[in-house]
Amino acid sequence: MSLKREIGFLLNGVETHATVPVDLSALSMLRDLLGLTGTKYACGEGECGACTIVVDGVSTCSCLQFAVDCDGRTLTTIEGVAGDPLGAKIEQAFVDCGAVQCGFCTPGMVVQAKHFLETHPQPTRDEIKRGIEGNLCRCTGYVKIIDAIEAASRADR
Amino acid sequence: MAVEHYWAPTSLSDALEHLRGGDVTVLAGGTDLMPQTQAGRVSLERGLLNVRRVAELHRIERVDGAVRIGALCTITEIMRDPLVGEHFAMLADACDHFASDQLRNAATIGGNVCNASPAGDTLVPLLVLDAEAELASKPGARVERRRVPLADFFVGPGRTRRAPDELLCAIRLPLPPPGFVGRFFKFGTRPALDIAAISIGIGGVRDGRTLVQARVAYGAVAAVPLRARRTEAALEGAALDAATADGVAATARDEVRPIDDLRASAWYRKELVFNMTRRILHDVAEA
Ligand SMILES: Cc1cc2nc3c(=O)[nH]c(=O)nc-3n(C[C@H](O)[C@H](O)[C@H](O)COP(=O)(O)OP(=O)(O)OC[C@H]3O[C@@H](n4cnc5c(N)ncnc54)[C@H](O)[C@@H]3O)c2cc1C
Ligand code: FES
Ligand code: FES
Repeated sequence: MSLKREIGFLLNGVETHATVPVDLSALSMLRDLLGLTGTKYACGEGECGACTIVVDGVSTCSCLQFAVDCDGRTLTTIEGVAGDPLGAKIEQAFVDCGAVQCGFCTPGMVVQAKHFLETHPQPTRDEIKRGIEGNLCRCTGYVKIIDAIEAASRADR
Repeated sequence: MAVEHYWAPTSLSDALEHLRGGDVTVLAGGTDLMPQTQAGRVSLERGLLNVRRVAELHRIERVDGAVRIGALCTITEIMRDPLVGEHFAMLADACDHFASDQLRNAATIGGNVCNASPAGDTLVPLLVLDAEAELASKPGARVERRRVPLADFFVGPGRTRRAPDELLCAIRLPLPPPGFVGRFFKFGTRPALDIAAISIGIGGVRDGRTLVQARVAYGAVAAVPLRARRTEAALEGAALDAATADGVAATARDEVRPIDDLRASAWYRKELVFNMTRRILHDVAEA
């Protein structure tokens, strides 16, 4: 049995507490302890971006993050994205551009796109490609995902 | 071994006291530790020491004649730092070739150095830039510090000269001499999320047609990131022409000791070292 620690953090704007084994990943905490299954488990080792969340303002792979290290931090997951104006715009653009097929990569893509557009409000297509280089999609061939992120950056501009 | 203690101190002194007890795993960004422990390649010690809240390890600052990069600075922070951009462009370049945005945001330079992978992306430019590792420990009442040149720090894959009771606090980079030119090159099969098949760093001061104070390092071609002293000797003070480039590149091919693995065969790595060294030297000659 692993040692457990009680931690507290702000999750999608809500003060949240959890008791986590110290070797648990933030991804397992979100999905298995807190029931937020929007964040996806795919490779489990940092290669695919399906588990992307934002911690203290920067995107990260939650499968690589120790859950205990979330103590005192601010987390945003896909469940918290729709409530944010930019996040809502990105989600709509994904729908409008047909950027979703099986949808498994989509939560990670949308969270990463939001973090990317916050730092690059008027990106070129090449910058968008670099921005999502840590996110794999097995279905779409990326073109429509890039279209969607571009469209979201243009919406009401 | 099951973890029995977890600490997340905010001061260096407290962190070092926990470390003094022994059997402790240091946690920074976790991007190496998490996959290594999940796959069972590494097991956590009895104590887990999360150093991420020690603010004094998270600064980039000018100190006399050098820049000190705190061990907790992330690859993204280093890539965007104006001091680093101004004086150590080849380090910023290596950070730009590191994994993906999500990884760069979490991975720390201290983790990259202490993980001591022969393919670690920051290690080759750090060697060329004559970096030193600044280590701290607290054997008694006071914090003690020592510095080790990075060229002597790596012992083998995953092994360094850091003692178990020591924490890596910072990487110290002397300001390069005026006229310094540095180049970093990483060869992988795709631009993102790729571990280097080989990487090369070359630096020196342009003096007419020659390069002096030449420094050369290679990644993923030996058990440790390699400072290539024989190659440096062949390059030092020689006219930067095609004949020199061929000779230096041949010396480098002979000096490196690569292995076969899933990313490349030893033979291919040697050929890459030869061709890419030659190409970079042509580029430096044009600079
Ligand atoms: C998908 C993926 C892609 C990657 N791509 C790259 C890449 O392109 N290039 C590259 O170089 N690396 C890459 N890595 C490896 C890894 O991200 C880096 O080595 C990173 O810099 C490690 O930093 P960290 O802060 O996450 O270290 P951690 O995982 O926290 O620690 C790594 C090791 O260093 C020790 N340690 C950490 N900080 C200290 C300290 N201050 N004092 C003493 N010991 C310490 C830890 O105990 C541990 O043994 C990749 C990893 C993954 C999972
Ligand atoms: S599940 Fe985390 S990157 Fe793939
Ligand atoms: S839509 Fe299926 S993986 Fe991207």
